[in-house]
Amino acid sequence: MTTNGGAALIKALELEGVDTIFGLPGGAILPVYDPIIDSPIRHILVRHEQGAGHMAEGYAQATGRPGVAMVTSGPGATNIVTPIADAFMDSIPLVVITGQVATAAIGTDAFQEVDIVGITRGITKHNELVTEAADIPRVIREAFHIATTGRPGPVLVDIPKDIVDPTNPRSAMEWYWPETVDLPGYHPRVEGDPALIEAAARLILASERPVVYAGGGILKARAAEALRELAELLDIPVVTTLMARGAIPDDHPLCLGMPGMHGNYTAVTAMQESDLLIALGSRFDDRVTGKLAGFAPDAKIVHVDIDPAELGKVRRPDVGITGDARLVIEELIVALKALGAPDAQPDRSAWKQTISGWQEKYPLTYEQSEPGELLKPQFVLETLRDNTPEDTIVASGVGQHQMFASQYWTFRHPYTWINSGGAGTMGFSVPAAIGAKVGRPDRMVWAVDGDGCFQMTAQELVTAAAERIPVKVAILNNAYLGMVRQWQEMFYEERYSEVYLSPDLPDYKMWAEAMGCVGMRVESPEEVLPAIEKANSIDDRPVVIDFRTDSREKVFPMVPAGRSNSEIQIGPGES
Amino acid sequence: MNLTPSTTKRHHILSVLVENKPGVLARVSGLFARRGYNIFSLAVAPTDDDRLSRITVVVDVESAPLEQIVKQLDKLINVVRIDELAPGDAVERELLLATVSAPADARGQVIELVGVFEGRVLSVGYDEITVSLEGSPRKLDDFTELLGNYGVVALQRTGRVALPRIRRRSAELSALPDAS
Repeated sequence: MTTNGGAALIKALELEGVDTIFGLPGGAILPVYDPIIDSPIRHILVRHEQGAGHMAEGYAQATGRPGVAMVTSGPGATNIVTPIADAFMDSIPLVVITGQVATAAIGTDAFQEVDIVGITRGITKHNELVTEAADIPRVIREAFHIATTGRPGPVLVDIPKDIVDPTNPRSAMEWYWPETVDLPGYHPRVEGDPALIEAAARLILASERPVVYAGGGILKARAAEALRELAELLDIPVVTTLMARGAIPDDHPLCLGMPGMHGNYTAVTAMQESDLLIALGSRFDDRVTGKLAGFAPDAKIVHVDIDPAELGKVRRPDVGITGDARLVIEELIVALKALGAPDAQPDRSAWKQTISGWQEKYPLTYEQSEPGELLKPQFVLETLRDNTPEDTIVASGVGQHQMFASQYWTFRHPYTWINSGGAGTMGFSVPAAIGAKVGRPDRMVWAVDGDGCFQMTAQELVTAAAERIPVKVAILNNAYLGMVRQWQEMFYEERYSEVYLSPDLPDYKMWAEAMGCVGMRVESPEEVLPAIEKANSIDDRPVVIDFRTDSREKVFPMVPAGRSNSEIQIGPGES
Repeated sequence: MNLTPSTTKRHHILSVLVENKPGVLARVSGLFARRGYNIFSLAVAPTDDDRLSRITVVVDVESAPLEQIVKQLDKLINVVRIDELAPGDAVERELLLATVSAPADARGQVIELVGVFEGRVLSVGYDEITVSLEGSPRKLDDFTELLGNYGVVALQRTGRVALPRIRRRSAELSALPDAS
């Protein structure tokens, strides 16, 4: 069948099972937008290309399917660079299609030309400039394969205008669909080495103070069930990193919650004092380890990761296993049982008592505000948590509100927490929440945002209103770039430099209404619950609540940057 | 002219087989830059299979652990295979071109030196001479050092190419001299 590159591109996306594209057209990608009219694929017209990228990320994280974004060349392409970097850091499967100037114009500094393949080389799992129409089905097939297998990540496909424009002879091609992909240099290893799995099992069974250090790889590998089975078989506590919140339910007796710079005392200290860290799909990020030389000094390390480059990158493992987290955990359970688990383990009651002692002594705490004072962000989050369905999806931006949300929410299901972990991209939450809601329309989706973050990407609420995507946004508005303010207070002698934003410039309620959303403002504790209940009852448009919170509130516990996790501060002035 | 010897222990050779596609060299060199590794020399050319090219990279292993470099390289989709060639495990060759100051009274000495090293004289001028030498990097180092006595005007080395040393089947054969 004779076709053209543009029609072939859309058909290839359909065959990959794509149901939604987040995008914004422009000159170079124009020919591809014409066949979209006749395609069953839903296209969501964003207001800024960054929004398309984060929506695709939110969609991917909520559904487990790759997110797809399509933008034009030049500024369209550079505007989506931040979400690509974000997806690269957090291993999110993304396929980004960028228009490019016609092949004959490439390299001439043509209108809206940038070398997006060069720009994104270091922040994509793979990228490719397609130069012949006939290559389009193959390259799209490969892009989805690469994005979704092994360690997931973003793949960018750059497509010059002439090969998709049906009026140009260079776009003519014979349709085909490759049954298989042929990538001689790409063979991700998913099955763990049995000998190493047995070695890991022996270390685990000999350990007296083990902790499972579960990372985002658990969720990517759909390994939450396997993780829970492993933890329950061995009765070993689990910490869930920022990228793994919900991997085991927060209300599970073995779940210790989040470790790291703003982790809770028990999670941080259990890792510090452990004699064996069982790292599953986690990468010893600096925000988890603190000062590396002082991190978990007595711990042996079992490290399981789909990416062999993570093994030994930061901390040398005693047993390092390359493989898919789910498959390796399942094999590990078999090996452990063969070696006599759960009986053949040391008595760990002292370790368990130590841990529960920490939990009792050092719970997360904050002081409720006095009448007439601004809201405590923790109180807002607790009220939201207790008055939304337990499978609500929470998408956050980056900063204090993100840490409060991760600390104070009770995640009972995997894939209910969507945030920007590795890259720390402010402005992530609103578009990510929209993408999540598109992927999971059956779920309630709340964006928990800061006022600084909200101002970066709020325009996507116009998209949400126009497309009838009823997300809800809780702005914890403390009138500051709160996390920066916290650092300036603690480490720069309260010299506040360029962090004040004002609580009512802009007027968030009016702004929300102008964007077609319902807008509310909440200033006192007794107004919090009624506002949340009203928001929950609205299902035909987005809702934004401007919660006026106390700017003096800081995120604790905290391990100051560059310090050992043993120097954790549990509250202001306490260590 | 600062000529760093090219055969110290901190240099390891990676022989990287890549798909012969546009931009692959940029991917490889960009990876080195992004991860903070220093490349000492680099040579690229197609192999006998026109779908594949071989990149021979000499890496300064003091800049980062070799294991991380190899693992990160291996993640590039277009990298098909990586062989790590420790010094002594590889047959290495490099080509050098040099223009040396050689007025009439010194010209004979330079030509004699080139002859001793089995190099070639490529071009002779009134007071300069351009020569070439192929050989092991160490031989080129020695030659470069001796040329320095005459004043090097310009010098260009290709960077080394290398293949794994062939394993011989018997002790007797192993005892035979090796051309490298």
